[in-house]
Amino acid sequence: MAVLVVAEHDNASVKDATNKVVSAAKAMGGDVDVLVAGSNAGAAAAAAAKIEGVRKVLHADGATLAKQMAEPLEALIAPLMANYDAVLFPASTTGKNAAPRVAAKLDVMQVSGVIGVEGADTFVRPIYAGNAIITVKDEQPKKVLTVQPTAFKAAGEGGGAAVETVAAPGGPFKAAFVSEEMAKSDRPELASAKRVVSGGRALGSSEEFNRVLEPLADKLGAAVGASRAAVDAGYAPNDYQVGQTGKVVAPELYVAVGISGAIQHLAGMKDSKVIVAINKDEEAPIFQIADYGLVADYKAAVPELMDELTKAGV
Amino acid sequence: MKVLVPVKRVLDYNLKVRVKPDGSGVDLSNLKMSINPFCEIAVEEAVRMKEGGGGHAAGAATEVIAVSIGPDQAQETIRNALAIGADRGILVKADGEVEPLAVAKILKGVIDAEKPDLVILGKQAIDDDSNQTGQMLAALLGWPQATFASKVVLHGGKATVTREVDGGLQTIDVELPAIITSDLRLNEPRYASLPNIMKAKKKPIDVKAPADFGVDTTPRLKVVKTAEPGKRAGGVKVKSAGELVGKLKEAGVI
Ligand SMILES: Cc1cc2nc3c(=O)[nH]c(=O)nc-3n(C[C@H](O)[C@H](O)[C@H](O)COP(=O)(O)OP(=O)(O)OC[C@H]3O[C@@H](n4cnc5c(N)ncnc54)[C@H](O)[C@@H]3O)c2cc1C
Repeated sequence: MAVLVVAEHDNASVKDATNKVVSAAKAMGGDVDVLVAGSNAGAAAAAAAKIEGVRKVLHADGATLAKQMAEPLEALIAPLMANYDAVLFPASTTGKNAAPRVAAKLDVMQVSGVIGVEGADTFVRPIYAGNAIITVKDEQPKKVLTVQPTAFKAAGEGGGAAVETVAAPGGPFKAAFVSEEMAKSDRPELASAKRVVSGGRALGSSEEFNRVLEPLADKLGAAVGASRAAVDAGYAPNDYQVGQTGKVVAPELYVAVGISGAIQHLAGMKDSKVIVAINKDEEAPIFQIADYGLVADYKAAVPELMDELTKAGV
Repeated sequence: MKVLVPVKRVLDYNLKVRVKPDGSGVDLSNLKMSINPFCEIAVEEAVRMKEGGGGHAAGAATEVIAVSIGPDQAQETIRNALAIGADRGILVKADGEVEPLAVAKILKGVIDAEKPDLVILGKQAIDDDSNQTGQMLAALLGWPQATFASKVVLHGGKATVTREVDGGLQTIDVELPAIITSDLRLNEPRYASLPNIMKAKKKPIDVKAPADFGVDTTPRLKVVKTAEPGKRAGGVKVKSAGELVGKLKEAGVI
């Protein structure tokens, strides 16, 4: 059996999500290749070749792949599947965008958001915002999966796979990139951060959101996240949203400040190792899943927490 | 411009699903079902294209058609869309689970017959959380797609769409006909007024079957087990920030 993993990368480097999806692929058994599709992505391809357990790296490079849009990825990957039994995408916005196109092209049903691999054709995934977990058997001749990276340990470094060039699709395509506004931050990436500090509707404004949460995040070396209510109200940018329909995170420490704990939010963070909740309502549902709950007004509690962390040498 | 909006009937988002004790599936009996929230946003956007609003000129869309694939009761979901302002409905009657691939194939059949210029879907249904149908449909039709849309601007045979992506926002142009899938911040759907709910009752709904489009809805994937998620051990309340930091040290996370 041969499995193709579509790398999550920014042309210069591969994201940790790639190593995690490689682990999911290995759990299926068989050979694992990694596809790096990008533009001037030689460095990313070289980095992918170092992931442990990878047989070879396919590197497709061209202008049509610069933004890894769904149409060129479909045109690239569907024909490559002649050589593979399965293709695994990270459940990132890039992966979620492209994978179903490939599946439809191959006339197979996709398995989305896989959190467990029980052999070559049996996969575990959440439904209903994680309130039910299903095990599915996929006996189709080709398999297309998106994999929730947080559910898998990252494959190590130290491999030395060969890099093989494959042709980029020529185009033109009927969708064209215009522009992007990407958040610039020195903080760790939300999806893979070891610590996350998230704020909810309680913060009341974007000024307050930043004033309260940024120092705490800086102190903990944490990424910043938010509830949907905080994003909808404009307190935080869209890519901060944690939850069923936002990002799924599973850090060692998740601190929820002024978040009630709706099921849609819990779906994105309940697999965190340690959950802290600061909320002034002792009945807030977030306390049902928090390891440590502090019933307090964040306005007093967060500065106190900062002081106590300083005292503890953090 | 004709706009087609597929809508799905799902468990109401306020309710928590129950897993059947024997692990054979989820129990939806006697639970309130509603239109999938993302589909509702898609309908609202299409109706704004017709009525004007949300940055769209009135008349940008000339007809809005709501399509649902599901049991008889999915007519209610279509009525929901008609109450928001869609003009007519199509129910493709199918009982039991219909997977996204089969849904996309049925929708392709509807589109081949109706020839819309734009199809707006929800990015994901909150029951199976698959996030597949729009993209699959785009591939089957050979159309471009703009998924996870938070803003749509129509101009001269194109749509400029702002997309919510992992790192921020991305803007792309798609040539029509195209597929757009809605994210949460595309718009805030209206509450349908009573007169519009009454009017919706009189709008036509055509009933079809998957066989009319030559689609076999037998599931490709076999669900072998449905389980409750692992429960987190109950936590403790701490009295102060100082106690909290002590606990976090003990747990080894700071
Ligand atoms: C289709 C759909 C998808 C969704 N997807 C997501 C998703 O991906 N992610 C997500 O987060 N939500 C999602 N939601 C929304 C979700 O249902 C909730 O509405 C949302 O999570 C609530 O955000 P919140 O906890 O910040 O706000 P609220 O529920 O309003 O909670 C605010 C909390 O702050 C507390 N508080 C207020 N003042 C203070 C203070 N001074 N100090 C301390 N505490 C205070 C209150 O006690 C309250 O518990 C989705 C909803 C739908 C319908």
